[in-house]
Amino acid sequence: MSQAAETPARPAVDLVAALKSASLAALVAFGLFSLLIGIRTDQGPTGALELTPRFTLLGVLVAIVFVGAFARALLGPEPIDFASHVPDELTAAVAQLGRYFGLALLAFALVEPVLFYDNRYLLDLGILVLTYVMLGWGLNIVVGLAGLLDLGYVAFYAVGAYSYALLAQNFGWSFWICLPLAGCLAAFWGVLLGFPVLRLRGDYLAIVTLAFGEIIRLVLLNWQSFTGGPNGISGIPRPSFFGIPFTDDENGFAATFGLEYTATHRIVFLYYVILALALLTNWVTLRLRRLPIGRAWEALREDEIACRSLGINTTTTKLTAFAMGAMFGGIAGSFFATRQGFISPESFTFSESALVLAIVVLGGMGSQLGVAVSAFAMLAGFELFRQFAQYRMLVFGLAMVLIMIWRPRGLVSTRTPSVSLGKPKPVDVEAVRAEGRG
Amino acid sequence: MEYFFQQLINGLTLGSIYGLIAIGYTMVYGIIGMINFAHGDVFMVGAFIALIAFLLLVALGVTAIPLALFLVLLIAMALAALYGWVVERIAYRPLRHSFRLAPLISAIGMSIILQNYVQVAQGARVKPLPPLIQGGYTLIESDVFAVQVSNIQIIIVLTTVALMTIFARLVGSTRLGRDMRACEQDLKMAALLGVDTDRTISLTFVVGAALAAVAGIMYLLYYGVIDFFIGFVAGVKAFTAAVLGGIGSLPGAMLGGLLIGLIETFWSAYFSIEYKDVAAFSILVVVLIFLPSGILGRPEVEKV
Repeated sequence: MSQAAETPARPAVDLVAALKSASLAALVAFGLFSLLIGIRTDQGPTGALELTPRFTLLGVLVAIVFVGAFARALLGPEPIDFASHVPDELTAAVAQLGRYFGLALLAFALVEPVLFYDNRYLLDLGILVLTYVMLGWGLNIVVGLAGLLDLGYVAFYAVGAYSYALLAQNFGWSFWICLPLAGCLAAFWGVLLGFPVLRLRGDYLAIVTLAFGEIIRLVLLNWQSFTGGPNGISGIPRPSFFGIPFTDDENGFAATFGLEYTATHRIVFLYYVILALALLTNWVTLRLRRLPIGRAWEALREDEIACRSLGINTTTTKLTAFAMGAMFGGIAGSFFATRQGFISPESFTFSESALVLAIVVLGGMGSQLGVAVSAFAMLAGFELFRQFAQYRMLVFGLAMVLIMIWRPRGLVSTRTPSVSLGKPKPVDVEAVRAEGRG
Repeated sequence: MEYFFQQLINGLTLGSIYGLIAIGYTMVYGIIGMINFAHGDVFMVGAFIALIAFLLLVALGVTAIPLALFLVLLIAMALAALYGWVVERIAYRPLRHSFRLAPLISAIGMSIILQNYVQVAQGARVKPLPPLIQGGYTLIESDVFAVQVSNIQIIIVLTTVALMTIFARLVGSTRLGRDMRACEQDLKMAALLGVDTDRTISLTFVVGAALAAVAGIMYLLYYGVIDFFIGFVAGVKAFTAAVLGGIGSLPGAMLGGLLIGLIETFWSAYFSIEYKDVAAFSILVVVLIFLPSGILGRPEVEKV
């Protein structure tokens, strides 16, 4: 063990105390894991549950906790502060690089379909990543800029998807007419929900948005005659190239442009559509951040009471952030519907909201580049570790907790307010303390 | 009329379960002002521990059901309390002075961890348990409908009443209860006057988790089937109950729990069973808009 080699260099370390605390941690771990991991229940042939002991696994886990707690006790309770060991020149160089990193990423996104034209799998993955980048950027307006925790973001995604599906199926409207309509409808729902509840404090708001997201999902699930219930809606029209369908006949895209027909055309087109939509989201956010309304959002995030004292109408400010985020969620939703061709309430569960929230939190709330990078890292990570799919959400939850403890403003990047007096602090501890709870 | 009485009994049983979970939400909110989003999942973990402990006891030869249930109660309460303690220690204590949304995000992360931990450890399929406590009494007999109260319903309501009495004593007249009330009024002042606030907050989580575990056992015995996802919906409903009763108020949590149980049962009985969760969630929204301080709560004043 590497820690053992360091021990002689630190005479102050009390081995007995470390052993004691590690044993205590191991004991606690044994208590936690004893029944839930040590014994597995499975339904036997008769339908009754049968027990299978897994004492080896239990022992290994407890041992890991013991070693971990022992190392921690030896090395001190504080996590190692990597940031202070990095030389300043390196930090500056990374910052320099970071400026071009965004551009490089954008360039890569633009040429990805050309580079991987023959690789259908990578194209589909690219579309998926970009959809989540867009969702992340949309939610970033609400969570990152305005500091409102929205746990029901997927509701607006669902509203957008169902709006497009129903409008296209019932009225035969084209994707390009439905897209802004879906955005408007989602924004309308955002306002409708936001208007009464945005007076609430942060935590309440989070729970109400969660409840709202579940209500939408349950209504979609149970309103059989309108939404198709659990069967969802299938046969949603595919998008056309501004009126020219991607089909293998003389009016199709391939024939019109004198190309040989392949199904890849549509995929590439979809890729560029979602890229454009995501970039639109980014552009609007960047512009809004420079307007008074964007500044008001950031001010609201930092300190709501100060905001109110300075004459900012917090309700309308929150409402615009909510509606804006909802609109982009809705647009992403209608893209999702047209790409999949099939939607059902299954796609809009709470875990989807949690995924988008995790992307925003890990990327650094408010940072556009950070959200894009974390969406990419997360979805690419899913694909790389596909065989560990069942641990995916476990890792997420763990990441969310650890990020909040070590880097509360995000792992990938941080974003301080666009304008601020004096040196911005990474976490405004004093403001929180001064809030004087209770 | 008989149908109404039957629903009343069912609603009170369900409400007892919600009330016990709601206590955990309301206590934590009262003391540190955060929504312990993972509390519903501690309830679920409690139910799983109870299930496994019961099967283990049967396998070890403890066949007398009252004795087995009593042991299960002790084991589940102790282990769930340990979970509550660890959750607070790992996910919330380091964040006590972090920014506003940090504890809530951490709590959501913890909830996801617990859910998926149980799913990975025990599988995603539902876990059935054959009914252990059978029988009951017929209260009113008419030609068309008989109002029945089953033994399990009686046990659930009686256990809840007993636990609430003990709990009220704990908060009202013990050292720990006094510390808790002091922390609720003013955390900083309590610390200045020598209350070990960290310990009090930890014990609050421990007590809340133990009560949630009892609710988990009741759920397991009443419905006879659990899965890793029961904590989510039950958690939101119990939170609704805590808000409805007035968050921070202990009698309010119990009252809110009973009301939510009754509303849900009557809604299912007279309107539509598909929309029962929608009804419960809508109550949360409506209450927060029109009655944010709840029935028994004090209006919250935000100080600078």
